[in-house]
Parts: sequence; structure tokens; C-alpha cells
Amino acid sequence: MAAHASISTTHLNEARQMVDSNVVLFGQTLAYTLYCLVMMMLVGWFGIRVTRQGKSNVIKPALFYAWVAFLTVLGVSLHIITYNTIPWSPMDLHRGNYTPDRTFRISVENHEFNLPARPMVINCNETVLFDVTSNDLTYGFGLFRSDWSMLFQMQVVPGHRNDILWHFSKSGVYSIRSTEYSGPRGVRMIEQDAVEVVGCETSDE
Amino acid sequence: MSFKTTFINGEQGLFKPDSLTPMQKITLRFVVVGLVFYAFAAIEGMIMRLYEVQPLPFVGEDQFFAILTAHPLVGIFGSTYALVCGAFLFLVPFLMKKPLWSIKLANLTWIFIAVGTLLFWSAGFLSHYAPLYTLYWPLPADFTQFSAVGGAFFILGIALVMVGSALFLINVFKTITYTPEGWDKQPAGALLGSALGLSGIANFFRRKKKEHLVPLPVAAIARGSVDMALNTVVILFTGVLILVFMVAAILGFDLRESAIDALLYKNWFWWGLDLIADGLVLIFVAGTWYLLATMISGKDLYMQNVARAALFVELIVSWTVWSHHLLSDQAQPAILKVISGEMVTAFELITQGLAFFITLVTLWSARPLKMTNELKFLLGGLLGFALAVPAGIMQADVGLNRILHNTQWIVGPHVHVAILVGLTMTLYSAVYILFPILTNGAKLYSQKLADIHFWCHLLGGIGMGAFMGMAGLQGMLRRALYVNGEFNTYMILAALSGSLILIAFFAFFFNIVMSVGLKGVIGIFLPAKLKTKDLVPAS
Repeated sequence: MAAHASISTTHLNEARQMVDSNVVLFGQTLAYTLYCLVMMMLVGWFGIRVTRQGKSNVIKPALFYAWVAFLTVLGVSLHIITYNTIPWSPMDLHRGNYTPDRTFRISVENHEFNLPARPMVINCNETVLFDVTSNDLTYGFGLFRSDWSMLFQMQVVPGHRNDILWHFSKSGVYSIRSTEYSGPRGVRMIEQDAVEVVGCETSDE
Repeated sequence: MSFKTTFINGEQGLFKPDSLTPMQKITLRFVVVGLVFYAFAAIEGMIMRLYEVQPLPFVGEDQFFAILTAHPLVGIFGSTYALVCGAFLFLVPFLMKKPLWSIKLANLTWIFIAVGTLLFWSAGFLSHYAPLYTLYWPLPADFTQFSAVGGAFFILGIALVMVGSALFLINVFKTITYTPEGWDKQPAGALLGSALGLSGIANFFRRKKKEHLVPLPVAAIARGSVDMALNTVVILFTGVLILVFMVAAILGFDLRESAIDALLYKNWFWWGLDLIADGLVLIFVAGTWYLLATMISGKDLYMQNVARAALFVELIVSWTVWSHHLLSDQAQPAILKVISGEMVTAFELITQGLAFFITLVTLWSARPLKMTNELKFLLGGLLGFALAVPAGIMQADVGLNRILHNTQWIVGPHVHVAILVGLTMTLYSAVYILFPILTNGAKLYSQKLADIHFWCHLLGGIGMGAFMGMAGLQGMLRRALYVNGEFNTYMILAALSGSLILIAFFAFFFNIVMSVGLKGVIGIFLPAKLKTKDLVPAS
């Protein structure tokens, strides 16, 4: 138990530096937009140059293999970087090692969430486990800000344990929404303002 | 020539359906079927784009989700499968320099695909059967929401398409390996080994390299066909499973849905589906790029041996990549998420990037090239995958998936840009380059319309994907409705981009109809007068 608690404390210290999902998405938007612009310019440039007179320089195999090596490094490093910079990545993969400060057990049936409390109140800097069970279909479970931007989500598969651990370091009110299609009846599976985080200096807006 | 005369007889009356060989006719039938179903998918897509801005009064929510279910299936099976099967049934014998194994089977293939697609589309339209293409268990058997009878016809339609796919596969492999009448005995085993890349792999370890018996594009087709075969088995098996529940419900029995493990089913189904999405598409596309690059440039393919090996690697990747669809499933083992979901998926960046590089260098080696329709559409296709593959790789990450899964991000910048810009523009390139070969020299009605087709499709496809992606980054879910206009700015811009795609298609369709004429289109479906197994007329 003591060993478990020390692992938990270490990880919680990491989690306290939790960056916001909006920050991660802003970084992704910036990187991907720049990439797209460069790629469009590259193909456009190629399209113009390939129709013009000029030397068809032989491309040496070394350049080709360098390109392959670059793609390999890029593909693998993306995951190494995100694992080490997005705090919920290691927390998610090793969530069995954490002791949550609070657990909410939620069941879903007949296109309805059955919540243990309303709202579910969370204190600032608590690490919370959401343990969601489906009694019929495959659903989704996501927390959304008031502007419908997403905080996080997971799938809720019937007959299996669906649990997600999240560290809350900003005050805010969140709505729950099913993030997986469960037939036309599932479209309105929205629990408005179902989660409230209190006591933080900064708010999640 | 007057507009009316051109509309009836085609541009300058050059297209003569009576001069077509049976093989040309069959290929053109596939093209017509593919384009008609593309129109279905494009119009349905536009309806959904408008619905995401403002619910339409003549489309109920049930109908919307039925359209959402049918749209990708009509696009993939009815359109893409038809175009791909038609092109490859022509190209495999063309490249192997021998007749197609069975013309009858080829005819049955397009008929099964067309009838099957029409059946599942009608069943969805009439009964509003809407479990989406993902069919997450037990949704397809949830008869409190869906009609069992409608669902049974829907699944039957999909099964017919799969039978058509099976006939295509038999024809492709038999054509590669069989010995035509009067020919010297062909080494069937060696041909198959070469087609599947086994001899190519062995070559890596040989001092004296053996010559490849099968051209590289045929190897790509054969390897993509392996994935198609496995996918056919998975979809047929799943269809039978769902049908059992449907038939039981129709007969008044309620089978326990929990008899099927939802997570195991999801793994099985995604393994099969990814053989299309990540295997078949990427392998077929790479093969088509190589073929188009060599045809356009008239040069040998750059780094041919590596390209062959990469196709083999892609085959292994496509069999082990499925878990990136289950990164948000918490019961999925973490080891599968990391190895299959993240690491193997990253290999798609490598294999596709490699094909991108090889194709561009091959084209570069022949400069100056004329900016023909086939070249510009090929460049559009290359750009499409260059944009779409990294978008998918980014989501195939444990951290990013947590905040992106099931948003408009995946379906916009990844799926629609890959299919509409990457795949469809590659197929259009093939259509433009094969058009004079398949029509015995018919002339395109208007180059201006071809230019409109190109620019509207490219800008519309990228624009739609981009605006959907921006909405996804703001948290907008896919497969959901936002009836209070929460994301309307992005949805209006996406709808405007979607309308460009529709304009592009109508420009292309009109151009093709005016090129071959109404009589020509009808003539394609009449029996061939030439009795030959040759691909094109001897003269």
C-alpha cells in the first residue's frame, strides 16, 4: 500500500503540471497548418518546375534513404514527444498505478446516463476516476466546456470496464455528452453542467 | 456541330460503341456504375453538409442517420470498388500481356456491385436502417431502433457487393497465373510468388538477382487484392452474424445480444475494415501512382526494387495496424494500443511517404512534361495523401486521441481529404489517361470543363476537410447534430467547399457524356459486336 501511494504521489506531482487540452490542440493546429502550407507550396512548385526545361538531375539513392530515415524518426518521435509532454498520456496507460482522490461510478442504459450526483463536485487538483458501465449499447463518455470544446472522452463498451483518470487543475463547469453514435436516439445524450470543479485560482474558459 | 448533335453522338461523333472490344465495354460499364454511385455519394454528402448547418425540413433525423450510414458505403463500394475493379480488370491483362481469364466473371462483378449497392442503399432509404458503417455491437441488432427486415435487406446488399469482390479477386489471380489457350505452359507458382512479392524479398538475399516475372503495378494489385480478400471474408462473416440475429428477430426469437463480446467484435471488425482503409487503399494507390508515373513520364520507376519491398512491408503493416481505432477503448490492452495503434501505424507515414517520393522523382526524371489532365490529377492525388496521412498519424497517438477521437478532425482532414482528394483524384487521373485507350480515340468535349473539374475538386476537397478539421479541434463531434448552430461558421464554409466538389463532379460528368454522347453511353451497355478476347481492337 505504501509503495502504491508513493508511485501515486510521484505521478500526481507530474499531473499537477497538467497542460490544458486547448494548449495541446493549439500546438497541433499550428504545426499541422504550417505543414499543410509547406506541402501545398511544394507540390505547386513541383507542378510548375516539372513542366519547364531544365536538367533532370539524377536523384542519388542517398537522398532517398535519408528521406526514409527522416520519416522513420518523425513517425516514432511524435509518440515519444507526446508521451513526455502530454501528462494524461502516461497517466492513461498506467492508470492502475494511481490512487484516485475521488471516484464516480456512472452507468448508461437506454440512452441515458445515470449519474451518482448532480452536479458531481470536484475539488481543485483532485485526480478523479470516472468508471462508466454500459448495460446495453456502445456509447461514449466525454466532458465538454460550455463552448462545447472537448476536455476528454473515452468509449463505453458494454460488458467491459471503461475507466478514465483525469486531473482537474482549473475551476469550471462541464457537460457530459455521449461521444459515440448509439443510434438516432443517442444524439441528445447530453447532461448539461453535470460536473463542477471548484476552488482553483484559474478557471477553464 | 450543334449542342444537340454532340449530346446525342458525342464530340465530333468520334466515339463508336460498335468498335469496342468486350473488354473495353466491360471496363466502361464499371466506370459508368462508379460515376453514377459517386453522384449518389456526392449528393448525399451535400445534403448532410447542409443539414449540419440547418436541419432540412424534408429530411428527418432518422433519415439523416440513414444517409450517414449509406453515404460512405455507397462511396467506397458502389463508386470506388467499381472504378478500381474496372481499371484493374483492364490493366492486369494489359500489363501481363495476356487476355483476362474470364470476361463473364468480369461482367458478373459489376452487376453484383451495382445491384448490391442499390439494394443496401434502398433498404437504408426506405427503412432508415442506420447503424453506420462501423456497426458497433450490438447496435446493428438493436431492433428497438431499427427494422429487422430493413436491416436484413441492407446486409444482403452488402453481401452481394462482397460476392462481386470475390469474383474480381478470382479473376485477378487467375489472370496472373493461368495459361491462355495455345500458349506455352506458364509457371503459375512462380508468377504468384512474384505477384505476392515473395521472389522480390528473396532477391534481397540473392547475389544474382532474378528478374521479376510480374510488373510492379500488377504486384501492387495482387498484394492489395490479398487485403481485399481478407476484408471480404471479415465483412461476409460479420454480415452472416448480424443476419442470424435479424432472421431470429423476424421469426420472433430474441437472441441474447450479450452472447457476442462487444470489444472482441470491435477488434475483429476494425481489423477487417482497416484492410480497406489502411491496406488496400494505400497499396492500390501506391501501385496506381507508380503506373501513372511511368505512363506519363515514359521512364522506368525510380528505386523499383525498394518500391516492391515497400509494398510487402505495407501488407504486413495493414494486417497489424487496426488498434489505432481502439485507442479510446479503455479495456483494449495498452500493449496493443502502443505497438499496433501507435508504432505500426507510424509505418504508414513511411510507406506512403516513400511512394510519394518515388512517384515525384520518376516524373522529375522526364521533365519537361506537359501539364496534362492526368498529370495534374496525379499531383492532386499525391497532395491529398500528403495532407491526409499525417492527420491520421497525429490522431493515432494515445495522448492526442483522448481529445480528438470521434471529432470532425478524423473525418475531415484525414478521411475526406484521403478519399476525395488523394484517392479520387488518383482515380480521375487514371480515367483521363485511359479515356482515349478505352474509347478508341474519342476526344474530350471541353478542356475548360476538365480544368473546372480539377480546380473545384481540389479546392473543394481540401477546403471541406480543413473546415471540418477546424470544427473538430474546437470539439465538434462527428455522427452528431448541433441544432443550435454551435459550429455554424465552420459548417457553412464546409458546405460551400462541398458545393465546389459537386460542381466539379457535374462538370466532369457533363464533359464525359458530351464526349461519348448519349448513344455512346447506351451503346456501352449493349452486347459487343467484336468477338475477341483482345483488350483493344487489332487495327
